[in-house]
Amino acid sequence: MAGVSETILKLEGLTKVYSGPSGGVKALDGVDLEIRKGEIFALLGPNGAGKTTLIGAVCGLVRPSAGTITAFGHDLSRNWRAARARIGLVPQELSTDMFETVERAVAYSRGLFGHPPDKARIAEILQSLSLYEKRSSQIRELSGGMKRRVLIAKALAHEPELLFLDEPTAGVDVELRKGMWEQIAALRERGTTIILTTHYIEEAELMADRVGIIRGGHILMVDDKDAMMKRMGTTEAVIALTKPLTQLPGEIAKFPVTLSEDGTELCYRGGDGSGSGSEAVADLTKALIAAGVDYRGIDVHESSLEDIFVDLLSQEEGA
Amino acid sequence: MAFNSRFNLRGAWSIYQRELMRAMRTAFQSILSPVLTTSLYFIVFGTVIGARMEPVDGVPYGAFIIPGLLMLTLLGETTSNSSFGIYMPRFTGTIYELLSAPVGVAETLIGFVGAAATKGLILAAIILGTATFFVDYQIAHPIYAIGFIMLVTASFSLFGFILGIWADSFEKLGIIPLLFLTPLTFLGGTFYSIDELPEPWNTIALVNPIAFLVSGLRWTFYGTSDVSIWVSLGLTLGFLALCTGVIAFIFKTGWRLRE
Repeated sequence: MAGVSETILKLEGLTKVYSGPSGGVKALDGVDLEIRKGEIFALLGPNGAGKTTLIGAVCGLVRPSAGTITAFGHDLSRNWRAARARIGLVPQELSTDMFETVERAVAYSRGLFGHPPDKARIAEILQSLSLYEKRSSQIRELSGGMKRRVLIAKALAHEPELLFLDEPTAGVDVELRKGMWEQIAALRERGTTIILTTHYIEEAELMADRVGIIRGGHILMVDDKDAMMKRMGTTEAVIALTKPLTQLPGEIAKFPVTLSEDGTELCYRGGDGSGSGSEAVADLTKALIAAGVDYRGIDVHESSLEDIFVDLLSQEEGA
Repeated sequence: MAFNSRFNLRGAWSIYQRELMRAMRTAFQSILSPVLTTSLYFIVFGTVIGARMEPVDGVPYGAFIIPGLLMLTLLGETTSNSSFGIYMPRFTGTIYELLSAPVGVAETLIGFVGAAATKGLILAAIILGTATFFVDYQIAHPIYAIGFIMLVTASFSLFGFILGIWADSFEKLGIIPLLFLTPLTFLGGTFYSIDELPEPWNTIALVNPIAFLVSGLRWTFYGTSDVSIWVSLGLTLGFLALCTGVIAFIFKTGWRLRE
């Protein structure tokens, strides 16, 4: 990606402990993270992993217990005004003044962040989110998907350079979700850096440049999505044999394959997520034919980001 | 940068405008309802019962109760408006926007408290205008009256703001105005002069801080009061400073605002 290098957000040792009746709960535990200008960064993790707390700490909703947050070169504990003016937040909950009209709600957000009124700019934002026709409607009259778009419009009203989207497509139907993906892609095209949390890992796979996986307040991994897929991805192929085998022929045994207990299926698991696994499966089928082993079907599955995510969490759980 | 890095004037103005618009949206509850209630007091106590009462400190009874009734409405309304103004965003979750914006304690107070105080002043003007239909009265020190009303509305708007942050339910939001402010105002000389109370009730009545506010406002109207205007003024300024200090502490620590 061109122009992605400058760090605009840096978290160092970010820790948040919530006090409770049975002692403190560590929601964030020494998180270190850097976000680069212009990227879409997907923060993935199970419920209670610390995603929303991390966003809250950067956006001023949560007071960190320890650590530093630097945004656009400003230490948030000191120069928070200058930093916050450049950050936008779309929260997970549909929280907005339901009796306010769409246009006035967005204008309020713009003013709150210190920007002068600009009807043309607000109209542009509303049009880009297909809300312009509803500009005079009270927010309570809108559908759930539209309300979520109003929240996005409010977050965009002050033209933020860094935008947090906390579960932006939660509870949104498939069609609308795709529309939102397009809107997020358009934002990135305009140069907005986006940090996204989502439960739909396909969403992260489709859109993110980099992915961070968080669990129990720890960042388990941060990497370029493609590099992660290549490094941790695998190809799995199940070959249904015409006749059962009792043992693997020598030419086949050199492949990373296992034979099912009844000898009717051969399972290949290998490759690195870069497509090399598919090539190996093609070689395997040639080797089977050369060895006189006939088969009646092949089911090939390339691992997704979701598989990697689930595997990683399972490994962590087992560790 | 779209705003001065030390103060976000547009942010404060946006909050102020929105809060006033909210009041206009609920004009019946915010303005008409208290005006109607106060008018009923004027009719019953001022016109009907007041006609049979002796003047107090040389002031006809109907006119005597105007400052107290005005204070009763102002304290209740400014406290409720301000507390509701900050409680609702906390309750609905929209506070996230305020907390994530480049606005600090000064902008927030100017916005929320300024709007609540403005509503209080509008209310005071309407009530005093309405009173002329029922009672003859004149204001001896109009400048002092305006200043004192502004001071009281600002102080109790700040107090309401604290209340709105403290409350974690609608019930708690209503407790202070209903269980404390209204009874204390009634007992603070709204309908009588504290000087007329026998001892020890006279001394006990002066433990009630609201009595000083009623007395102070009555002085600006008629030049007579139960306690010195300067004591009333000093007490109100002290309350204003105390509330400001508490709010500064709340913002510094994030108590009930930031997790």
